Amino acid sequence: MKVVLTVNERQHEIEAPPGALLVDILRRDLGLTGTHVGCDTSQCGACTVLMDGRAVKSCTVLAGQADGASVTTIEGIGAPGNLHPLQAAFQQHHALQCGFCTPGMIMAAMDLIGRGGRLDEAAVRRGLEGNYCRCTGYHNIVRAVLAAAGEMGGRA
Amino acid sequence: MSDTGIGARVKRVEDVRFITGRGRYTDDINLPGQAWAFFLRSPHARARIAAIDARAALATPGVVGVFTGKDLAADNIGNLPCGWLVKSKDGSDMKAAPRPPLAIDTVNFVGEPYAVVIGDTPAAAKEGAAAVATDFEELAPVVSLAEATQGAEIHAGIERNVCYDWELGDRAAVEAAFAKAAHVTRLEFANNRLIPNAIEPRAAAASYDAATADFTLYTTSQNPHLERLVLAAFVGLSPEHKLRVISPDVGGGFGSKIFVYPEETAVAWAARRIGRPVKWTADRSEAFLSDAHGRDHLTTAELALDADGTFLGLRVKTRANMGAYLSTFASSVPTYLYGTLLAGQYRTPAIYVEVEAVYTNTAPVDAYRGAGRPEATYVVERLVETAARELKLDPAEIRRRNFIRDFPYETPVALVYDTGDYEASLDKALKIADLAGFPERRRASESAGKRRGVGLSCYIEACGLAPSQLAIQLGAGVGLYESGEVRVNPTASVTVFTGSHSHGQGHETTLAQIVSEKFGVPFESVEVVHGDTGRLEFGLGTYGSRSAAVGASAVVKAADKVIVKATKIAAHMLGTAPESVDFADGVFKDTASNKTLGFGDVALAAYVPANFPPDLEPGLSEKTFYDPKNFTYPAGCHVAEVEVDPETGVVRLERFTAVDDFGKVINPMIVEGQVHGGVAQGVGQALFEHGVYDEGGQLVTGSFMDYGLPRADDLPSFAVDTTVTPCTHNPLGVKGCGEAGAIGAPAAVMNAVTDALGVKDLAMPASPERVWRALKEAAHG
Amino acid sequence: MADIAYHRPERIADAVAIRARAADGAFLAGGMTLIPTMKQGLAAPSDLVDLSALGLAGVEVRSNTLTIGAMTRHADVAASAEVRRSIPALAKLAGGIGDPQVRNRGAIGGSVANSDPAADYPAAVLGLGAAIVTDRRSIPADDYFKDLFTTALEPGELIRSLDFPIPRRAGYCKFPHPASRYALVGVFVAEFERGVRVGVTGAGPCAFRWSAAEQALGARLEAAALDGAALDSSRFNADLAASAEFRAHLVRVMARRALADLLTA
Repeated sequence: MKVVLTVNERQHEIEAPPGALLVDILRRDLGLTGTHVGCDTSQCGACTVLMDGRAVKSCTVLAGQADGASVTTIEGIGAPGNLHPLQAAFQQHHALQCGFCTPGMIMAAMDLIGRGGRLDEAAVRRGLEGNYCRCTGYHNIVRAVLAAAGEMGGRA
Repeated sequence: MSDTGIGARVKRVEDVRFITGRGRYTDDINLPGQAWAFFLRSPHARARIAAIDARAALATPGVVGVFTGKDLAADNIGNLPCGWLVKSKDGSDMKAAPRPPLAIDTVNFVGEPYAVVIGDTPAAAKEGAAAVATDFEELAPVVSLAEATQGAEIHAGIERNVCYDWELGDRAAVEAAFAKAAHVTRLEFANNRLIPNAIEPRAAAASYDAATADFTLYTTSQNPHLERLVLAAFVGLSPEHKLRVISPDVGGGFGSKIFVYPEETAVAWAARRIGRPVKWTADRSEAFLSDAHGRDHLTTAELALDADGTFLGLRVKTRANMGAYLSTFASSVPTYLYGTLLAGQYRTPAIYVEVEAVYTNTAPVDAYRGAGRPEATYVVERLVETAARELKLDPAEIRRRNFIRDFPYETPVALVYDTGDYEASLDKALKIADLAGFPERRRASESAGKRRGVGLSCYIEACGLAPSQLAIQLGAGVGLYESGEVRVNPTASVTVFTGSHSHGQGHETTLAQIVSEKFGVPFESVEVVHGDTGRLEFGLGTYGSRSAAVGASAVVKAADKVIVKATKIAAHMLGTAPESVDFADGVFKDTASNKTLGFGDVALAAYVPANFPPDLEPGLSEKTFYDPKNFTYPAGCHVAEVEVDPETGVVRLERFTAVDDFGKVINPMIVEGQVHGGVAQGVGQALFEHGVYDEGGQLVTGSFMDYGLPRADDLPSFAVDTTVTPCTHNPLGVKGCGEAGAIGAPAAVMNAVTDALGVKDLAMPASPERVWRALKEAAHG
Repeated sequence: MADIAYHRPERIADAVAIRARAADGAFLAGGMTLIPTMKQGLAAPSDLVDLSALGLAGVEVRSNTLTIGAMTRHADVAASAEVRRSIPALAKLAGGIGDPQVRNRGAIGGSVANSDPAADYPAAVLGLGAAIVTDRRSIPADDYFKDLFTTALEPGELIRSLDFPIPRRAGYCKFPHPASRYALVGVFVAEFERGVRVGVTGAGPCAFRWSAAEQALGARLEAAALDGAALDSSRFNADLAASAEFRAHLVRVMARRALADLLTA
């Protein structure tokens, strides 16, 4: 089927099987390999992107469901030399080691901060429930998200 | 200290690509014209392969080929070797079962690959695989570790399924110590099987150029040269110089990506066979089934003490699960990385350990973060804490009474600790953990209907396995040195080549810190290259917390050689002798005339040798192979505090303090991160993680639905600090920090849990039901 | 999954008709269970009928009923001012399903239609005595949950909305599976003028009412009343995370905690 979707503010028309997963479209058709696949049971969150402004696991969204949607991936929020506050905070606070879970973690944090509401350590830990990290023990991720939330004034 | 030198909290240079989605992991790499591999895996724990019918698969659209173990064997592809020969008590060699990359006649664990389907697309390969008809004759599997020696013989000729029966220490001395003991503390426990679960699954992408016979293999390896060596020397895939192995960005390893696996081997072979690049990426379910698992011991441990709590002797008997085959370093883990660590931080005068390694019809078990040392620490620190409780001694006090205080110290289990100050770590940890405030916190918990407990773990580990000659005498199949090359470019930028491999450890930053400080050049002008056999001379990769102690030492030695040569060049240019030239902060100074030259001037002169010493070659690039004289011995004290909900059995880790002595620290920020991650994995072992097979050999915990990987809200923030006794035998005085958290934490947490529950022991992981039952039994007992 | 026919109709009648025509059709709500099931090869429908364009999302309160459209996402139920005002325990339940990403996609209708034994919503559907409103009828909660992944829905029957009677007070408490975070046990307790209802999920093959607890609490709305309430655990689930016996214990604990929630509501 023809899938029309806006990714990082650029519109794409892609011919994809309707059963294709959004993450495969991003990685294979669009070459946006910053979005990763770490599991096959919709749990690890490495594939998290924003779809119509909300964090979703792109391994659990079908091409058909993404038709007409606006998707933001890690590549769309900042670039070397022009980092998003969350990206900068992750580096500043050493919130990543191998980097594999990082894009999904940052996109989940975007959603968490964007929802507003007061964030303390417990709320950040709960808010990142859908993202596994095996390297950092989450300690510095929590710090980075809290720092970025302060800087972003609750806005993603 | 400069703001980018040794000891500085330098932000990581590698982060920029990771935080912007521009990392390059193996699955991000697509080779022109590539086909895709899908592996057929055994659904049975033990079966004979009677027939494989691939006709329907070959007729499936998009299927390029179907290959079995026989195809590989017919092409002279050899078995996957185990790289450490362990000898049994009677002097006989361990019994290594042959492990073909794809099973040929029998399959021996659920998930073992026995055929590979190559397709134009991943979907075609998968569909083709579904069309392969395999006729298995099921055999009775051997699953239980406890009963492994009574089951059927898994591998012909390996009696009782025993791979080896190893011992270390002085048995008679230990018997004597127990004979005179005032008290004996005894524990029997399992060290639970863990599944490493780096978040990036294993992957491989291979190509072969028939015109030049050159292979290129991109793969998720912690040590690409070792992969190349094994594939060339043992598997016979290709001459070593014709095989380039590249580990690009690798998404975590924790040991599981050290090993040479069937899938990567078959993918590389298939690329040659079909004349097209072939790619494979494991999904998580495959990772659960086929990555090497960790731990899985059954142990009986006894500590003999005198009436004052002085340790007299330690007796340990362990059965270690090897799984169905010996993975690359499996045999060394429950022996040289376990038995040798049983002295811990204590002056126990007599130690004897026996380890029986057995085969079962389960996934191979090999090194996982800590590898043997968490198991050893668990034995020692659970015993010590239990002994303290039995003797009504303060757990800190019993440790103080037995700490090793004089260094170097030769243990009864073959190690020589070069340095340490165990009391310093203990004191600092108790203070940071606010142990003084624990009784009050316990009262508060109890008044809320909860239980609270605290536990210590004073661990030691041996890092940077060394030296090569000794290790090879003890059975290692490879040396344990590391290579380093420091190449100063004409413009004085520096390219550093290291045989260590970073899959999260931050070498691109820490090695640049070291070299920029040594040369007095800007941090930004130093680039670190790793993970590519085509660009590096040799390397043994990263495992066993060896990168700082061994890899960085090699880089330092190479940098020192550069400075020696540069000083000669500078002396010539300054018109003096090298002996009268000082080098500091990037400036060569003639101490007689006070004339100076910058590092950049000398670098340029090395490549534009207009005014140059006649006996020197041009250029400014040096290599080393650094072979350490000894292990390094990081040690520390971990304190866990838990709260237990007695109604639900839920254990919450409330506080965790880690005070570690890693020797000198290159980048404290990175070191703390390593501790956080290690602690999380250690806590995971104690509270959540457990690889479980059912009686038929099916993996019950085969996905994140059932295998409890710690999440952000399962853990607290950690209090992390260090003490420093510099390593005495490497140039930086560093010891290694990658595994400490996973080594110390399980015992600390379980000491806290048993303290909270008031029980002698509880099996890991301390799951809600186990805790609830333990409380119920305690109430009725 | 490659050759699935995908449909996103805009009218309920079309959705039902397409599904009826399909060789092996499936409705697709949020997809949080169906898509992973398809990825594992455990389901392979010929046609997927995506329900997201049918206008079935939304929350409405009319007199004593809270109506939640079948395609309302868990995150929206959790955040809804109407839900938080009328049945705060339901908002709490929705806010504890899965994880944030799952709550952003998963829809109440899909959860109720699937009747996963470890899903949260079924406890509320029974605990509140909701009506499952479909394209053809309204099914009382008590007639709805039949067995493991089995409900009273006929083949091709489409849930439009859930009608939740608004109780005086309610509470929900779940014990999450240590790995998956699904409900190992979840108990919803609701107090109505006519009595107390207790819905239990996670423990058995499908959600059920704990009648003995309802009677006990109806007589005396306090935790101690639960102690003697009989609980038949003979058909309870047992797995690595919890034996049937432990689940039975957890049902009592979660019921007490849900009741405490209710009493402080």
